[in-house]
Amino acid sequence: MTTLEPILRKHPFFADLADDDLKLICSCAKNVRFNVGDVVAKEGQSADEFYLIREGRIAVAMPSPSGGRLKIDTLDAGEVAGWSWLFPPYVWHFDLIAVTPIRALSMDGLCLRGKCDDDPRLGYDLMKRFSRVMSERLSAARLQAIDLYGSKVSNLNPSPTT
Amino acid sequence: MINVDPMIPNPWRVANRWEETHDVFSLQLEPVEAKESPLFAPGQFNMLYAFGTGESAISISGDPNDKSGLLTHTIRRVGNVTAALSRLQKGDQIGLRGPFGNPWPMQDLRGRDLVFIAGGIGLAPLRPAIYHALSHRSDYGRIVVLAGAREPEDILFAAELDQWKALGGVESRLTVDRAEDGWTRSVGVVTKLIPKAEFDPANVAALICGPEIMMRYTRTELRKRGVTDDRIFVTMERNMKCAVAFCGHCQLGPEFVCKDGPVFRFDRIAFWFAQREV
Amino acid sequence: MEKRDPIVIGRSDFGTLIKALQAKGYSVIGPTVQDQAIVYAEIQSDEDLPAGWIDEQEAGHYRLKRRDDAALFGYVVGPRSWKEYLHPPKLKLVSAERDAEGSIRFETGDTDELPARAFLGVRSCELHAIAIQDRVFLGSGVTDSHYEKRRRKIFTVAVNCGTAGGTCFCVSMQTGPKVERRTPYDIVLTELLDGPGGHRFVLEAGSNAGAEVLEGLSSRPAVAEDLGQADEVVAATAKHMGRKLDTDGLPKLLLNNLEHPGWDEVAERCLTCANCTMVCPTCFCTTVEDVTDITGDHAERWRTWDSCFTMDFSWMHGGAARQSGRSRYRQWLTHKLATWHDQFGSSGCVGCGRCITWCPVGIDLTEEVASFRETETRPATT
Repeated sequence: MTTLEPILRKHPFFADLADDDLKLICSCAKNVRFNVGDVVAKEGQSADEFYLIREGRIAVAMPSPSGGRLKIDTLDAGEVAGWSWLFPPYVWHFDLIAVTPIRALSMDGLCLRGKCDDDPRLGYDLMKRFSRVMSERLSAARLQAIDLYGSKVSNLNPSPTT
Repeated sequence: MINVDPMIPNPWRVANRWEETHDVFSLQLEPVEAKESPLFAPGQFNMLYAFGTGESAISISGDPNDKSGLLTHTIRRVGNVTAALSRLQKGDQIGLRGPFGNPWPMQDLRGRDLVFIAGGIGLAPLRPAIYHALSHRSDYGRIVVLAGAREPEDILFAAELDQWKALGGVESRLTVDRAEDGWTRSVGVVTKLIPKAEFDPANVAALICGPEIMMRYTRTELRKRGVTDDRIFVTMERNMKCAVAFCGHCQLGPEFVCKDGPVFRFDRIAFWFAQREV
Repeated sequence: MEKRDPIVIGRSDFGTLIKALQAKGYSVIGPTVQDQAIVYAEIQSDEDLPAGWIDEQEAGHYRLKRRDDAALFGYVVGPRSWKEYLHPPKLKLVSAERDAEGSIRFETGDTDELPARAFLGVRSCELHAIAIQDRVFLGSGVTDSHYEKRRRKIFTVAVNCGTAGGTCFCVSMQTGPKVERRTPYDIVLTELLDGPGGHRFVLEAGSNAGAEVLEGLSSRPAVAEDLGQADEVVAATAKHMGRKLDTDGLPKLLLNNLEHPGWDEVAERCLTCANCTMVCPTCFCTTVEDVTDITGDHAERWRTWDSCFTMDFSWMHGGAARQSGRSRYRQWLTHKLATWHDQFGSSGCVGCGRCITWCPVGIDLTEEVASFRETETRPATT
């Protein structure tokens, strides 16, 4: 049986992980597929995994203030989806929706948390990786929050007091 | 009689007008008296005068190669003057002064990869530069267009963004800050398109237009990829009354944005760009 | 111009200078007393000049006092400057008509026939200020036709200051008190109040036009005593400046301290009333106002003086780039003393002291600069 090691190795998220650690993590990984429109994760449900996207686009969505659902981020091939597995209460904070057909590696959160508890050094490495992703997402989310293109948009228009 | 005094408008006529998005429209103008439009360089702007209401500095958003004699301006309704301009119909006359301003340095950038990064209506002042690059394709390396908008209904020149995508050797990516369910394209702030864009950081020149905050963060992302300030170009915006460096309103430190800009090489204004309330 | 020797005319003949200018078709603008201040207005004869007046100037303080002599030029500068004649406070720029078919015609609004003017009593600092505005309006690529139209007809009679003002610092700015050739003038005069010959004036031509005017006057050649006395008068003035400004490395000092707490302190006092920009002879900012008549078919664009101190000045949709008073005061001072150098190759300040005198709360830019020097903070990263 071919292992998922080479696939894991190719994914940018674990790109420079030590070989031994990669083998260890491999046992927590499995191949998954989703169809267009599939709810990959639902807000409020228990978050026991995260996904390394190999192919396709996943949207991060939340309820819209006016009803319906608003997409606030999209994640593409090479990116990672899901950090709720890391922190109690281990529930999803947002919906993850498959916008296109998805091929991904699903990483078992319980399995990984166990391995991290056993080997804090590995745990520290994973924490660093996830922290970096989250800090980038936080910066991006902040830029989205300030409504950049609102009334202050560039159009070289002088004072309307005329 | 055509006025050559830069403070006196000349009469122009609306040849065409159309809506671009819910709050953005375009005016295609032709001169009433001259036989041909003045030439303009990408990045320049005109002062458009709505009779009796006032003037607005509006970037020329059309093709600098277009010999039809029509000048296209893409305008967002944000105040009295732009609202008055948006009420103009085909055949109406307005006043026009220009073109003014320091343009995108398309000649100097030959031989480079080009990445155009637009936030919101910032795509309008960039479009002439994109047109220029596409019609002088062999002068440039890779061409990348990255555009961000608030929501799908705010995307400017959506059809063209896709047409450019379909051209060989051109990468065109679009993202919105948020979207309803039907949207299957990228969601997220425009800066997130930068890490994966395909250009050579050592050779590329970046032309950026959008709100100042967006330009600031865009420059940070570009620097992370090794693009230096001397290859980043931004277009600045300030209150303008005269457009010829007499009224003093548009100053950013020592720069008159109307004359030394609006396009600036970033290293020239990096110091002032970083100051608050200047 | 062929070098012409200086001449002397007595006080009783001073009026003939004015007549000679009028005979050449000049409308003579000179100092007068109006509203308890020295103001430049059209004069008909030497009787209109402020004989025997001196101005007491301090931060936020201006009073005219009587001298104990009858000096014609025994004061320095008032709240207004020659700027109002060259760069008018209110000017119609454009006149526009729209006909029934919607066709628009634009014309220049600046159609007034202006008389040739002679400026009588231009101080050295004022010559420098005019030269600075020449660079702004004539020297940066595009010509301001309205300034040019007014500027080219000016005949200048410059005056070497015999008194230093309480807020003057032209010595620090190297703009006076002695009138020099590098700021062109047509005639320069020095008023002597005593000595051999009593109350008299030493006059020297600085141009052919000046020489022609002087030739027609009844005068005698200036002798060594006259010239020596004239030099002493000016030298004494230079020693009694009311203020000092250390200009050494000044642009860099200000730009390195854009976040200095001193700006907060001055902002607590500054009313952003814009007086300083109105009285400053080099401030040039303007705004435009578009108006129509009731029919809506006749429109005009007017240009008026504006000030970077107003809330509106840096307004863009969404807000002003400079909202706080602190940022607006900082803009004014850093423009005047620092970025002006980058734009026009010189300081924007000529040391006339008007901004100090006419500030209602007595803000003194020489003090502000000194306090920056004293407590300079770390240079800002560029």
